[in-house]
This record gives sequence, structure tokens and C-alpha cells, in this order.
Amino acid sequence: MATLREIKQRIKGIKNTQQITKAMKMVAAAKMRRAQERMFSARPYASKIQELIQNLAANSNETESPLLAVRPVERLRLVVVTSDRGLCGSFNSNVIKRALLEIRNNQDKEISLVTVGKKAGEFFRKRDFNVIASYDGIFNNLQYAHADNLAQAIMKDFSDENVDAVQIVFNEFKSVARQEIVADTLLPLDMSEFESEGTVDYLYEPSEEALLLALLPRHLKMQVWRAFLESYASEQAARMMAMENATENATELISSLTLVYNKARQAAITTEILEIVGGAEALKNG
Amino acid sequence: MTEKSLNIELATPNKKIEIGLASSCSAPGVLGKFQILPGHTAFISELEVGEIKVELPEKTEYYAVSGGFLEVVQDRVLLLLESAESAQDIDIERAQQAIDRAKDLLDRRKDSGDIDVDVVRAEAALARATNRLQVARRNSI
Repeated sequence: MATLREIKQRIKGIKNTQQITKAMKMVAAAKMRRAQERMFSARPYASKIQELIQNLAANSNETESPLLAVRPVERLRLVVVTSDRGLCGSFNSNVIKRALLEIRNNQDKEISLVTVGKKAGEFFRKRDFNVIASYDGIFNNLQYAHADNLAQAIMKDFSDENVDAVQIVFNEFKSVARQEIVADTLLPLDMSEFESEGTVDYLYEPSEEALLLALLPRHLKMQVWRAFLESYASEQAARMMAMENATENATELISSLTLVYNKARQAAITTEILEIVGGAEALKNG
Repeated sequence: MTEKSLNIELATPNKKIEIGLASSCSAPGVLGKFQILPGHTAFISELEVGEIKVELPEKTEYYAVSGGFLEVVQDRVLLLLESAESAQDIDIERAQQAIDRAKDLLDRRKDSGDIDVDVVRAEAALARATNRLQVARRNSI
């Protein structure tokens, strides 16, 4: 059995770890709140863009945008969104697992990857996947420009017919306790998403057609931006939960170790008393 | 309130701002600069790089924008912009640096035929930065 001092030392060590996990939990909670706010403040812009597209799509019949071109999919591009940092439970492994599933389901196609976040970058580069571009370390200072950049790059490759479809895999923020992994098709854009009835009769400048062509890329950029924001909020939520569990586990560990410590201490005292009594008996009899 | 006015709102991917009730709003449309006054018909326009001017009761506000859309419905003006900076928020030094950087890139392309330079992007960056500088100077006049 471990000595008293060893047990005491372990308890101290666990208490230290517990303080760290507690602090990390609080930091994650604060960051998550901010991330959630950013998600909410992106919504008016995104929904308005969508509304305008709906309006225009209802009024014009056929749109000739390169972003709508449906081709037989031979070359698929996968955008995988993970985090830059670890210690967030199964957050990253779940996304990567889903991405691998998508890759396996599309084995007959030529697959290229764009990774977002260090974790996906490290994972896929190490394993000889065809990684076209990696966006590492962006979550530390997440900017719309990052989403803009990525969206521009995939739109260019799609319009140049280097790829036939683009999918994005990321964690969607459902609630603090629940994140859901989704695989969405970014390109080609599906106009049936934009069906609506009641419309306002607008005056258009320059023309309906030109406006629609200008709106579609904005919409795509917002899809990417939303994925980034959702993933970041999910990451912080996952980290918060992971750290909460770690703190709880530490508490349990400490209480069971304290029990062992007290038992050992009591045993030592009992032995000591027995020895003294035994010694006294021996003296009396002698 | 008897006099009619426009309710101006601004939305970007990062935030939504209620600018307030204004008597007029002018914006850089792709087909030319235009002005919206109360009572305008329902209207959507694409905007290019330029300046948005909002006439509020007590002051006139200027914003540097890098393209976007403007919608008017029943005296509500909604500006959908990828980026918008109000004149007093513009960092003149940074705008100047951006201009120098873009010019530098374009010069390199012209002088030594450096084909790594993305001319379209550099020119767009130059236009944006020049615009920001111009709008910022509005404030100091």
C-alpha cells in the first residue's frame, strides 16, 4: 500500500489539475458566449441576402450562374472544419470521423480536401490525403475575411471546373450541451432552396439577372462564415463540457483518495497503539 | 411627426446597426451614384466601392463601403454591406499603408513583369483603400 506521504502528494496534484480545469471551463464559457453573440449578429445579414435571392428567383425564370452548374460529380472537394486547439472532448475526432465516412462513401470520385483548423490539417496531411489548402490558426482571431478567402477559392475552382461539387463538414451549434455534425453541399447552389411565394415588386438596378449573379456569391460566403462561427461556438461549448467533466472527476478522485488516506492513517495509529500496549504487557510480565 | 423620413439600417456579416431616421441617403450604385428620399418606390440596387452619406437631423454621417446592396421598402432603407466603416472610425494611417502596399504590388508587376501579382486583387485593394482615405478626410473638413 502507498505510504501516507505518497497519497497526500497525489491529492495535492489532483487539486492542482482541478484548478486548471476549472479555470479552463470558465474561459471556455466566456468565449462561447461571445461566439454565440457573433452567430446571432451575423443572422440579419444572412437572412436578408437569402430573402433578396428568393425575391429575385421568384421573379426571374432561368438563371445562368456558374455557381448553379450541376455536373456529374467526378471530382469532389471536402471542406473540413475543426478547431485549432485540443482539450475539447470528442469535438475534433467526430468531425474527422464524419469526413472519413464521406470520403469512403465517395471512393469512386477524385477527392481533394481543404482543412480549417490545425487539428484537421495535422490529421489529413500526415495521412497522405490530397490536401489543397489549410487554414490553420484562424480561430484565434476569427475574421470574415477568412471565410471570404476560402469561399473565393472554392468558387474559382468550381467555376473553372476543377471540381464538380463542394461539401463542408462542420459542427453545428444546437445548444450548449449539443453539437451536431453536418455535411452540407456548398456548391453547386440549389435554387429550390430559395422558393417562396409573396414577393415585393421592386425596381431593380442594374437588372434582376445581374443582381442575382452578384447575390449568389455573397450567399455562399455567408454559408462558409456561418460554418466557421457555428464550429467555433461548438468548440467552446465542447471544451466547457469536457472541462466540467474533468473537474467533476477530479472531485471524485480526491474524495476517494482522502478516504484511502484516512484509512491508512487510522491503520498506522492502530498499529502504533498495539505496539505500545504489547510492549507494556511484555514489561509487566517480565 | 409630420415630416416623412427614412429609417436607415445597416447589416454586415459581423453586426447590425440601426443608424436612425434620416431625411436622405446617397449611395454609390453600380450604374452611378444615387440618392434616396422619403417616399421612394421599392428598389434594390447593387453598390460598388464608394461612400454612403446619411443625412441625420443633427449631423451628416459618411461610411466607406466596399460594395454590397441597398434595399428600399416603404421608407425603410436596408444597407447590406460586406464591410462598412464610419468616417470617424477609419484609421488613416492604415489606409495609407494599404494604398502604398497595393501601388507597390502594381509597380512590381509593371516594371519587372512579376506574374505572381494578382492585378485584379491589387487594383481592388487600391480602390478600397483610396476610398477609405477619401471618406475619412470628409470628417476632418
